[in-house]
Amino acid sequence: MTTDAIETPVRLRTLAEKVWDDHLVVKGENGEPDLIYIDLHLVHEVTSPQAFDGLRAEGRPLRRLDLTIATEDHNTPTWDIDKPIADLTSRTQIQTLRNNAAEFGVRLHSLGDAEQGIVHVVGPQLGLTMPGITVVCGDSHTSTHGAFGAMAFGIGTSEVEHVMATQTLPLKPFKTMAINVDGTLRSGVTAKDIILAVIAKIGTGGGQGYVLEFRGSAIRALSMEGRMTICNMSIEAGARAGMVAPDETTFAYLEGRQHAPKGQDWEDAVAYWRTLPSDEGAVFDAEVFIDADELEPFVTWGTNPGQGSSLSASVPNPADIADPNERAAAERALEYMALTPGTPLKEVPVDAVFMGSCTNSRIEDLRAFASVIQGKKKADGVRVMVVPGSARVRLEAEAEGLDKVITDFGAEWRFAGCSMCLGMNPDQLAPGERCASTSNRNFEGRQGKGGRTHLVSPLVAAATAIRGTLSSPSDLEV
Amino acid sequence: MEKFTTHTGIAAPLKRSNVDTDQIIPAVFLKRVTKTGFEDALFHAWRQDPDFVLNQPAFHGASVLVAGSDFGTGSSREHAVWALRDFGFQVVLSPRFADIFRGNSGKQGLLAATISEEDLERIWAEIDANPGARITVDLQARTATIGGIQADIGIDDYTRWRLLEGLDDIGLTLRNEDKIAQFEARRESWRPRTLPVQ
Ligand code: SF4
Repeated sequence: MTTDAIETPVRLRTLAEKVWDDHLVVKGENGEPDLIYIDLHLVHEVTSPQAFDGLRAEGRPLRRLDLTIATEDHNTPTWDIDKPIADLTSRTQIQTLRNNAAEFGVRLHSLGDAEQGIVHVVGPQLGLTMPGITVVCGDSHTSTHGAFGAMAFGIGTSEVEHVMATQTLPLKPFKTMAINVDGTLRSGVTAKDIILAVIAKIGTGGGQGYVLEFRGSAIRALSMEGRMTICNMSIEAGARAGMVAPDETTFAYLEGRQHAPKGQDWEDAVAYWRTLPSDEGAVFDAEVFIDADELEPFVTWGTNPGQGSSLSASVPNPADIADPNERAAAERALEYMALTPGTPLKEVPVDAVFMGSCTNSRIEDLRAFASVIQGKKKADGVRVMVVPGSARVRLEAEAEGLDKVITDFGAEWRFAGCSMCLGMNPDQLAPGERCASTSNRNFEGRQGKGGRTHLVSPLVAAATAIRGTLSSPSDLEV
Repeated sequence: MEKFTTHTGIAAPLKRSNVDTDQIIPAVFLKRVTKTGFEDALFHAWRQDPDFVLNQPAFHGASVLVAGSDFGTGSSREHAVWALRDFGFQVVLSPRFADIFRGNSGKQGLLAATISEEDLERIWAEIDANPGARITVDLQARTATIGGIQADIGIDDYTRWRLLEGLDDIGLTLRNEDKIAQFEARRESWRPRTLPVQ
């Protein structure tokens, strides 16, 4: 060790700070932003057209085609994918992406391709998402990729153009918040329930300006799919990003994937990744504690992801809410949701169940869903849609026979895409319809104009599809 | 982005305050896939009215908008700046701008500069007396001149410098091109690649 190292006090750093430091191209002076290098840029049809147009207007090339990948997801139908897209706006967006990708040379996975799917499912599945990298995409749920210990966040269209042209972004450092989840989840309680409980606790604005780092024994025990579900919804707490430190679970998930490092690169990468977890004693700007032993299956009753409670509770009475703004919001939400205070949530009947979205459409999610419905029939009158996150997930599920379980149950087995997560493609709720959904947003009209959304885990979605009312798997035993 | 030093053009008075981005460009136009061609969307609702200022022959080809206070409030949409620019505006003068709008303008090469309430009234009166009169906006000297009136214009030093140099965000970053290249040269080989290495 040099004397220099002895004299310099070691700065204890968090995971987020380490990744930031290692991507610093130019340190901002006098309050100016830092210039941060971007390792991976994910592109889709909705936020890219004007960025490509901007490059074209200025005669700029896309700087790093080898760090860029595009897929079609938001506007794609999940039925009849070989037919032309009916909606003109959707068709134009998809066609524009195809033209732009061809013109600039961007790798694109189009409808019908085995790697097509929701952009946040495709990156990890290809092994492109890895620890210690920076990932951006013109989509807020880019936070998903933080599950690997990457710094991943959504950006706007002009930033998409900026990354295309320079492979960097001018950014001000984020604050850090530790979310400590310790203990053991009870059976039937999942990652989705952890994150819904976190959002209910800190509120939809609670994470604003922060990168959340999820820590603790309950997080360590989660699979990569579970960690992705949690980081995916960090954005619903207002956070810029969510992260989980990499560990053996991360490495095991990555090893052997198409784009994962190989040979000596793999050795070097793992050695570096092991240095990433937050230093013992590193200071976070804020800390939150959640007791995993106490958690139950969770469901939202309102029109923002923070308006949720245990499934075993009743619809809350706004009169009991002290804060006047929150009370008014709850009143409005219950009116939109057509719910009466005091009704047990388990007595709320649904018209539809949506199993999909970048929150819960990976192979493990489908396995969990299938394990509950296996050998059963869906409730009469309930429409059940199962939509894999990517064409690859669909193939995997079919190889395991999950499609058979799903169709025998009476559910629709669809092609990959965002589907009913948002009303941008043909999969939508009719006005007034109520849906138990494994997606991430329950805003008014999110799943179709006038549609009512209850956010749930895949296990709750499955039990609800069987009973026809909001239910958890434990309700099936009685 | 082109360098902006000085500009002379027809001044159009928009005698309203609190013009929000929904009025500048309604949400339905946001579905488009281009970054240009928004001229038809600008002030779409108001332009249905034949008496609206921009429909009057005297103001055809106007390139400087002289608007009431609090211009560009509401949701952050870059399209508002694109629509103004595509219509042919190079300058918007107003006693006050919403922060996000002003930020977006500077980045896209549209000069959004403040003038005092008094100068606003004087300039409006001058235009009323001489519809179609030309105004000269000098960014070097920080002045706007029309008829016998010379008004000081307000703009922060940083945005002024960027406009004078013709630097958009990307242009600004590319001034550090050598540092980006150096960073790339030391990136580890295990980091992800979407294409086979050539
Ligand atoms: S699945 Fe939903 S949240 Fe995820 S990228 Fe698609 S639309 Fe966005």
